[in-house]
Amino acid sequence: MANNLNIEIAPLSRVEGHGDLIINVKDKKIEKLIFRIPESPRFFEAMLVGRKYDEPSHITSRICGICSVAHTCASIKATEKALDVKPSKQTIKLRKLIYHHENVQSNVLHVYFLAAPDFFGVGSVIPLAETHREIVNIALRTKKMANDMVRIIGGRAVHPIRTVVGGFTKLPTEEEMIKMKEMLKLCYTDLEKSLEVLKTLDIPDFKRETEYISISDPVDYALYDGKIKSTDGWEIDDQNYLDKINEKVVQHSTAKHCWASRDAFMVGALARFNNNHDKLTDNAKKYAEELGLKAPCYNTFMNNIAQFVEIVHSVDDSIKLIDEILEEGLDEDKAMAEIKSKAGRGVGVVEAPRGLLIHDYTYNDKGRVEKANLIIPTGMNYANIEKDMHALVPSIIDKSEDEIRLACEMLIRAYDPCVSCSTHFLKVKLINR
Amino acid sequence: MSKPKVGVFGFTGCGGCQLEILNLEDQLLDLLNAVEIVHFTEAVTEHSDTYEIALVEGSVTTKHGVERIKKIGDIAKIIIAIGACAVSGGLNCLKNLYGLEKAKDLVYGDKKDWIDSIEVKPIDEYVKVDYYARGCPPNRFEIVDIVRSLIVGRKPEIPNYPVCIECKRNGNTCVFELGITCLGPISRAGCNSRCPNSVSGCEACRGVIDDPNVNAQKDLLAEYGLTVEDILQEFNLYNACKGKTIEKNKNNQ
Repeated sequence: MANNLNIEIAPLSRVEGHGDLIINVKDKKIEKLIFRIPESPRFFEAMLVGRKYDEPSHITSRICGICSVAHTCASIKATEKALDVKPSKQTIKLRKLIYHHENVQSNVLHVYFLAAPDFFGVGSVIPLAETHREIVNIALRTKKMANDMVRIIGGRAVHPIRTVVGGFTKLPTEEEMIKMKEMLKLCYTDLEKSLEVLKTLDIPDFKRETEYISISDPVDYALYDGKIKSTDGWEIDDQNYLDKINEKVVQHSTAKHCWASRDAFMVGALARFNNNHDKLTDNAKKYAEELGLKAPCYNTFMNNIAQFVEIVHSVDDSIKLIDEILEEGLDEDKAMAEIKSKAGRGVGVVEAPRGLLIHDYTYNDKGRVEKANLIIPTGMNYANIEKDMHALVPSIIDKSEDEIRLACEMLIRAYDPCVSCSTHFLKVKLINR
Repeated sequence: MSKPKVGVFGFTGCGGCQLEILNLEDQLLDLLNAVEIVHFTEAVTEHSDTYEIALVEGSVTTKHGVERIKKIGDIAKIIIAIGACAVSGGLNCLKNLYGLEKAKDLVYGDKKDWIDSIEVKPIDEYVKVDYYARGCPPNRFEIVDIVRSLIVGRKPEIPNYPVCIECKRNGNTCVFELGITCLGPISRAGCNSRCPNSVSGCEACRGVIDDPNVNAQKDLLAEYGLTVEDILQEFNLYNACKGKTIEKNKNNQ
């Protein structure tokens, strides 16, 4: 490998959205490295102004097709907090259930469709359908199961309809609950087969310790609700996120950059695992162990493995949730809580598949949004992605240009960046000087 | 016959329409066998600028986007707009309603000059669109039907009747009965009335039927003391750009 580097990949594919990575290397030293997000900003904070309390969850769902349930739930939680609406326990359980399956759907999409082709040395899932038909079929089956779960509970796989402020416009039937449990049980054979395949993958050896932030709960492996927790030793109430999470506009990106205790932090499956691994089901813990995922894990590439472990956890925990809901009996009277419009501010924090997601709304006394602030997981990761690249590139500088290019792409892809959320696509450019 | 070369392109939107294509789980591998995907950045690394059919998601909201959509218009023989953002500008048009400069001030403050953002427009403001797969998200089976129709050389059937027809067929209680405002009487069917099926009002994500004054469910609206005009007022969530077009047409008449 020459001392100077000139690689251009445009666009980087198999990520959701649009961006550039620009790296200038001279005499084996990085002169310039920026992860640029040039994609179109959406202005959701402006779109929300003046909207009535029942609209923000429908509007913000459209921030991202892949994690529309997460945006819907963060939005609903913010509004319920602001208007002092108290959803029933049944509602919370059903939200946790639908939430699991957006996470499963998204993690399957990323692990099998977007990340796996790199490990098999191909450009997409299409050739894998020829060479590794069974694993592709497993992915399609698991993804369909998760989407069907979201369809049954939410009325639609992308942009759910029934999940609204106060509860659900329509409940699943008892028969549907039983059917969902059967669907979940059928997953285990496929998960075991996937485990055997994942064990054979050669995960790059890379280590860079950083701050990992996620929500956390004393009992649950928190996805839907919890306090905000950092591996740097702090924990805060979600309403006070501004005490720790900072945001700034940077010139090379339409997505804002974030920092907390240090100059960058990581969110997502690996951050959740590092903070909450002890809350995983025993079965999920067993999968983690077999795949060599152990907390604290500082290898960003292992985010893919953490995502798979979460799929196992979500399947296990869903069966438990369904049993509880069935035992208590579905109650139409608990489907919707009472809503009265009033002035107030509320913050909704959830774990989107890609990490911590924050919606913060202020309502006026007519129940219309006066001010909205949204902080998106991929946006939180950008600064950390740049830090990782600074660590990765020098360590592989002696490899071939193609190898460096692939490693950079894989590292960014490991974050499962969703640029639509943070604004939007990905190109990698390594520029020679 | 050789397989048609297909490109899937994303503009400003949520990526949900492309996801709906991937959500065709049972039919995905068959679909991939029937066409040759040459460009699909969300799912495939390889890409080419030679394609006959372009599936376009998202609205045009940047200067760079204008150049990209025009290039696609030059290459593709057939353009299919998928999803409300591409078809009508969709929810993105709320930015226009708020005011472009005001929105930039609010979100990016004194750094707003760094941002490339123009008035939101649907793609047919820049290129000729041959077929529209409407909705937010679009009906994935309708996308397949349009592509299949193209392959076998027949015209895809896109409904031009209100959502009420599908809703009645599904045996739903009319949500007006429950005090919920519903745009079903003027909105284009083809979604199998999925929102009313979930006891929610239709939000007209598939846009309005052609000539709503002739084709709307006026009787039903009258029953609840509403007119087509009243309900068009509610029509801005997914159709703020087209809503303006409707206004424009009315003013010109």
